[in-house]
Amino acid sequence: MPERGKRKLAVWKFASCDGCQLSLLDCEDELLAIAGRIQIACFPEASRAVVKGPYDLSLVEGSITTADDVERIRKVRRASKYLVTIGACATAGGIQALRNFKDVKEFISIVYARPEYIRTLDKSTPITEHVKVDFELRGCPINKRQLVEVISAFLHGRKPNTPPHSVCIECKLRGTVCVMVAHGTPCLGPVTHAGCGAICPSYDRGCYGCYGPMETPNTSSLSHWWTHLGVKEDDIFRVFRGFNAYAEAFRKESETHEKQ
Amino acid sequence: MKSKTIKINCLARVEGEGALYIKVKDRTVVEVQLKIFEPPRFFEAFLRGRAFTEAPDLTARICGICPIAYQMSAVHAMEGALGAEVGGQLRALRRLIYCGEWIESHALHVYMLHAPDFLGYDDAIQMAKDHPEIVQRGLQLKKVGNEIMSLLGGREIHPINVRIGGFYKVPSRRELAPLAERLRWGRDAALETVRWTAGFTFQDFEQDYEFVALRHPSEYPFNEGRLVSNKGLDIAIEVYDDHFVEEQVEHSNALHSTLRGRGAYFVGPLARYNLNFDKLSPLAQEAARSAGLLPFCRNPFQGIIVRSVEILYACDEALRIIEEYEMPEKPAVEVHPRAATGYGCTEAPRGILYHRYRIDDNGIIEDAKIVPPTSQNQKTIESDLHQFVRKYISLPKEKLTWQCEQAIRNYDPCISCATHFLKLEIEHA
Repeated sequence: MPERGKRKLAVWKFASCDGCQLSLLDCEDELLAIAGRIQIACFPEASRAVVKGPYDLSLVEGSITTADDVERIRKVRRASKYLVTIGACATAGGIQALRNFKDVKEFISIVYARPEYIRTLDKSTPITEHVKVDFELRGCPINKRQLVEVISAFLHGRKPNTPPHSVCIECKLRGTVCVMVAHGTPCLGPVTHAGCGAICPSYDRGCYGCYGPMETPNTSSLSHWWTHLGVKEDDIFRVFRGFNAYAEAFRKESETHEKQ
Repeated sequence: MKSKTIKINCLARVEGEGALYIKVKDRTVVEVQLKIFEPPRFFEAFLRGRAFTEAPDLTARICGICPIAYQMSAVHAMEGALGAEVGGQLRALRRLIYCGEWIESHALHVYMLHAPDFLGYDDAIQMAKDHPEIVQRGLQLKKVGNEIMSLLGGREIHPINVRIGGFYKVPSRRELAPLAERLRWGRDAALETVRWTAGFTFQDFEQDYEFVALRHPSEYPFNEGRLVSNKGLDIAIEVYDDHFVEEQVEHSNALHSTLRGRGAYFVGPLARYNLNFDKLSPLAQEAARSAGLLPFCRNPFQGIIVRSVEILYACDEALRIIEEYEMPEKPAVEVHPRAATGYGCTEAPRGILYHRYRIDDNGIIEDAKIVPPTSQNQKTIESDLHQFVRKYISLPKEKLTWQCEQAIRNYDPCISCATHFLKLEIEHA
């Protein structure tokens, strides 16, 4: 049943692991308050009830990998006033975009004995390649505090406050000693989009780029520094070809380290 | 000739995308198809050529609800291949983070996904309007699990602190201490959860299942043990492939797994409980008995009580680990690559999760095989629906459809995992 006076939220899933939409259910302290302010009108993972569109805000998780999904995302766009993509799959194609660099037929035959039953596209692509996207929230997975910020910004008609700087700034803000400078641990922090809160370095681990490239990253300089630290070409190649492999900056950098 | 179809085009309150199609003709169920249209993501294909060290973080992305299960099966498989032994407090911390995932995942399923079926609500948010304190308890219990994941793993979803050999960083006793207080509250809330779910009305539905779970000589299983069943299976995980086969069916992007020569089997909380009741903590055993649960339960609808008992056990076990914890000198043992094949099988919240990797001298993955719990339960879910619809065929269609959904949710299916799954269509043609 539509609830009067409340704006309607819909959550959609394409090819993904469900982790980003789970972030909404992981807001244990905020969930009921959010549901008090906004009607969760379509969220199949959480409810068997579906309120018909149009929807004021659609959160889209996952990448486009099938012909049916190409059609479905267009329908979602038509039914949505604002469309926000959540996570690395929806914004960059996700880990399943590793197929984009290979022959998908070979991939199908490795996993399935009867390839003829499987219908899939050659490439896993971000939502923005198919429809207009109003805002992209980064991360594999997204940060739930940033998700609450996006929903709250939408309710108040303002732009979400999600800083575009690198993970390095987040380390400085939380006072984490630089793992690359102090311990010689290779870290993607200098080229990676902020949002996670710089978790990995605070656990004595280098950033592995799960939030994708920041604005104008200097990836080639970072690769040079990694080489200085003794990291092999193959490993530099693999780290850029990860959860955001199909994001332009990381894609290009991985290509320069690819064995011919 | 009278026939009807039950169709559910998009199954709700499950993780991932699936549908159900049931065709009934002259009051006989002629066809049951659990359709998994979640698009394939080809993990086993792109793992080839990746470094052995990447397997835990890459495979975690199969499932946002049980990433620790993927990380644990991956690290144990790789350590098996490399001959590395991870014991003592590092081993205990792995059990602790797995306790966190069980509490989080089980509380999500019991309170948010399954309980609304028993009480007649579309979802937990509707349920919260009439029972706010119950839903709050569920959310806070879920949060206790997530707090373990965050502290030990760095974050709730796709934790970053697990590596082959152990962890990147281990907590001090003092850092773990605040968890103990939360877990003591969690243990009381879990006890309440067992009593609450035991009061639900259950369908009279029992089948002669073959339950399969890990069994360890001295503890309730998480990461180690032999694979056993109530029908005589007792094998080392290294010979998994000799006993289990995966088949592809046209209506599903998830492979169906069966026991060679025996057919469908049942994994998950009910299987673990039935095969390991004696290894539960005294408190969990007592709670199960008080709830009227026998040490062997064949009714999958009562799985919600068993899941609650496992939440209780996980809180109890986590407390024990924290009490006995001493910070290890190093966060991980050293590992060196060599050409070998490794096997890992651990108890994900939904049941056994099998990984097998073949790596070369440089630690590059040559071949990977992953069998998630939902693939293993698919055939049993279809067979349950067959029996269930036959028994309750005279119910009004809307009621029967909802109960079929509930019968599927008994298994807490994770469709994202299984395609590497639900929509309900019941056709009374």
